[in-house]
Amino acid sequence: MGKIVGVVMWLLVIGTVLLFVGQNVFFGDATLWFPESISDIGTTIDKQFSYTMVVVGIAFILSQVALGYVVFRFGRRGQERAEYIHGSGKLEAIWTIATGVVFITLAILAQVIWAQVHLKEAGADAVKVDVVAQQFQFNFHYPGADGVFGRTEPKFINDSSLNYVGLDPSDANGKDDVQTTTLVVPLGEQVDLTLRSKDVIHSLFVPALRLKQDTVPGLSIKMHFKANKTGKYEIPCAELCGQLHYNMKSFMLVLPKDDYQAMAQMTEEKFKERLTELLQQYPVSR
Amino acid sequence: MAEAHPVHGEVHRHEPPSGFIRKWVFSVDHKVIGIQYWFLALFSVFIGMIMSLLMRLQLAWPTESWGFLKTLLPAAAENGTISPELYLSLVTMHGTIMVFFVLTTAPQGGFGNYFLPIQIGAADMAFPVLNMLSFWLTFVALVVMILAIFANVIDPENAAATVVGPIGGWTGYAPLSALGEIAGPGQGTGVVLWITSIAFFCVASLLGALNFITTMLNLRTRGMSLLRLPLTCWAWFTTAVLALLSFPVLLAGGVLMLFDHIGGTSFFVPAGSYVNGQLLVAKQGGSVILWQHLFWYFGHPEVYIAILPGMGLTSHILSTFARKPIFGYRAMVYAIFAIGLLGFFVWGHHMFQSGMDPNTAIVFSVITLAIGVPSAIKTFNWLGTLWGARIRFTTPMIFSIGFVSLFVSGGITGIFLGQSSVDIPLHDTYFVVGHFHLIMGVAAIFGMFAGTYFWFPKMFGKMMNETLGKIHFFITFIGVNCIFMPMHIMGIAGAPRRYSSHDGLAYLGDGFKPLTKFVSFAAFVTIGAQLIFVFNLVWSWIKGPKAGENPWEATSLEWIVPSPPPHDNFAGHEPVVHHGPYEYSVPGAEKDYTMQTDPERAASAGD
Repeated sequence: MGKIVGVVMWLLVIGTVLLFVGQNVFFGDATLWFPESISDIGTTIDKQFSYTMVVVGIAFILSQVALGYVVFRFGRRGQERAEYIHGSGKLEAIWTIATGVVFITLAILAQVIWAQVHLKEAGADAVKVDVVAQQFQFNFHYPGADGVFGRTEPKFINDSSLNYVGLDPSDANGKDDVQTTTLVVPLGEQVDLTLRSKDVIHSLFVPALRLKQDTVPGLSIKMHFKANKTGKYEIPCAELCGQLHYNMKSFMLVLPKDDYQAMAQMTEEKFKERLTELLQQYPVSR
Repeated sequence: MAEAHPVHGEVHRHEPPSGFIRKWVFSVDHKVIGIQYWFLALFSVFIGMIMSLLMRLQLAWPTESWGFLKTLLPAAAENGTISPELYLSLVTMHGTIMVFFVLTTAPQGGFGNYFLPIQIGAADMAFPVLNMLSFWLTFVALVVMILAIFANVIDPENAAATVVGPIGGWTGYAPLSALGEIAGPGQGTGVVLWITSIAFFCVASLLGALNFITTMLNLRTRGMSLLRLPLTCWAWFTTAVLALLSFPVLLAGGVLMLFDHIGGTSFFVPAGSYVNGQLLVAKQGGSVILWQHLFWYFGHPEVYIAILPGMGLTSHILSTFARKPIFGYRAMVYAIFAIGLLGFFVWGHHMFQSGMDPNTAIVFSVITLAIGVPSAIKTFNWLGTLWGARIRFTTPMIFSIGFVSLFVSGGITGIFLGQSSVDIPLHDTYFVVGHFHLIMGVAAIFGMFAGTYFWFPKMFGKMMNETLGKIHFFITFIGVNCIFMPMHIMGIAGAPRRYSSHDGLAYLGDGFKPLTKFVSFAAFVTIGAQLIFVFNLVWSWIKGPKAGENPWEATSLEWIVPSPPPHDNFAGHEPVVHHGPYEYSVPGAEKDYTMQTDPERAASAGD
């Protein structure tokens, strides 16, 4: 019985290793993994993930193989007695310190990256976009040709007349503002998002950027990023927000600088026309 | 033996009860109460499993229509499909029922209640009546929770009348779960009932925790020093301390949210909320993230409440069937304490992306990775226990070995999630779902299986069938790996959780659908295999061979009393302890095990 259990453990190790590092042997293009990273910080996060994978992989393989080994080898043998030992202070010290050093090192490296994501501000000339989430769409609010956002207030919100973000009709700056459900950004430039929510918690998740941030009613949260590749990227909502949570998906369109500049000057009507064209033109990134 | 020793901590002695109601329904006997908790958990786990079956059906075939569904749930599955709200209701109820009514009942209230007093040599818990109240309040909580599923049927104001309870997940985040029906179906009456149930559960757990702590500190028999306690007792004790300090916070949060529903308050709703076409003028001043702090301050210790008893039991069973002392008894006790203590300082790792101050994330992240250390220590000590052993591969032993394997698999992915930055792409994806299912939904459950197979002979006086037990183990062990390992891959690919269908997401790639179907098939097979376990239980209870006092040749005090034990456990005698709990294969001893109550002999290292 011990032999069987041991072998099953080892098969489990092989299966798991294949699942994590050997998929493309069996599945080719259908391999499931992170989508291609299109931001520098995303690539940095991927690297930390890989270091962690190495550490975790070694720990996983060693412990499962060891478990399989001890049950394979140390079965009952007639009337023989087991070794009568209560432990080893030396071993306890060694493996406590070793695991401590490894885990804390990983932890510290991870915080350095975290600080780059959250404790650094976007550059002063970053492109600004306001994000207002609601059941069940993400609204992206652009300042229009004048580059100034119109004032918004909850009391002006009117979903049925498409004023999702609550633009104050008396504010001249808001006349040229654009509200749409697609995030349009320029290639290779810092984008500075301000995230808000009207009703419940949602979460802006852009897998290609390795970006995720909850949008929280009552809070105004800043996030910044820089996209290094043009394309159309999906933005699924990543915080349970009601029954259509699964269907609350937007796109991020990363455009070459010139195309972006042209759009930034357009009226809302023209912007939306052009957006429809571009959304059809770009295939969704897989 | 005939001397009258002063009993260490007198328990109010009562005559054995008479009459069916007093004996089996409103009993104050910790053994009956333990079995009641255990049956409550067994019932709940089957409800939870059926819910997961329906969820896996939906995920694998999102657009399919099922005849049997239309028959079973005519209101909720009108055309035989699982609606998005029904799916989310299943998600919510599955999580709530499993975490509270399975993982927080059987290991502690079930086995802990039954065996803590006996393992320490006491005649009952310190507060038997309180014990009975704890169980029945838990029972009422379960009834209310089941009512919550039917909230929209019983709510007269709701015209929809589909069978759908709360849809906010077991975590019930505000404002989705604080705003009422305006935020979604089932979020009005459904949430009110859900909170009420959880509030009852919190009180019941608090009463139970008081009992456990007092009993272990005050009612140990002569010679049962703290360092001679089985590791199961240390685990139950620490779990009780965690429950004592964390459940009140959940209760407080629940009360606040209840007031937001029925008292017109806005603890969790800020000003300027525009929901479903309406500006909520009356709501202002609330903090959304406050709910998460209150919930997870409870929620993180809660997951240790769910796993610690299983760890204690694994140590106990591994040592017993390895015929070898536990490796590093003291280190094991300290590790249990460290896990319990550190568990109170990491709740923010559930909230890295929540919008809380990013500086706090740094602290939470480092401490979270630190918890990996005592967990690793325990794993090394289990391996050390098995090294040089002479293992008897009984069913409880195999399930405990499985526990170690699954604890490693499940715990180790916590190293990814605990790093704040690595968590960014993984939070709220299937990576998290795979992680917590492996550690709670599988490792902890294996602890319960191990406990059942180990203690069934003592509780019911019959042996369970070993062959069926082993078949149950192999199918389940292989099955759960097939179900939950792929989920990590799905999460890495970016599949969000709590989605009733992933069909709309192109970035997941072509491999996603086949993998989803594979996981669902694995789930169907594994769930089916649990019927073998139930059959074994029933068959063995009726027709199993009679169990002696100590069928496993184990050393702790429950094995010196009859199977099942008499009403007052030790038949009026006070057991006297001379040895530690894991004195196996003592050199020079007659048998390869020394009972804790065996006479003293020349001192050896373990005593």
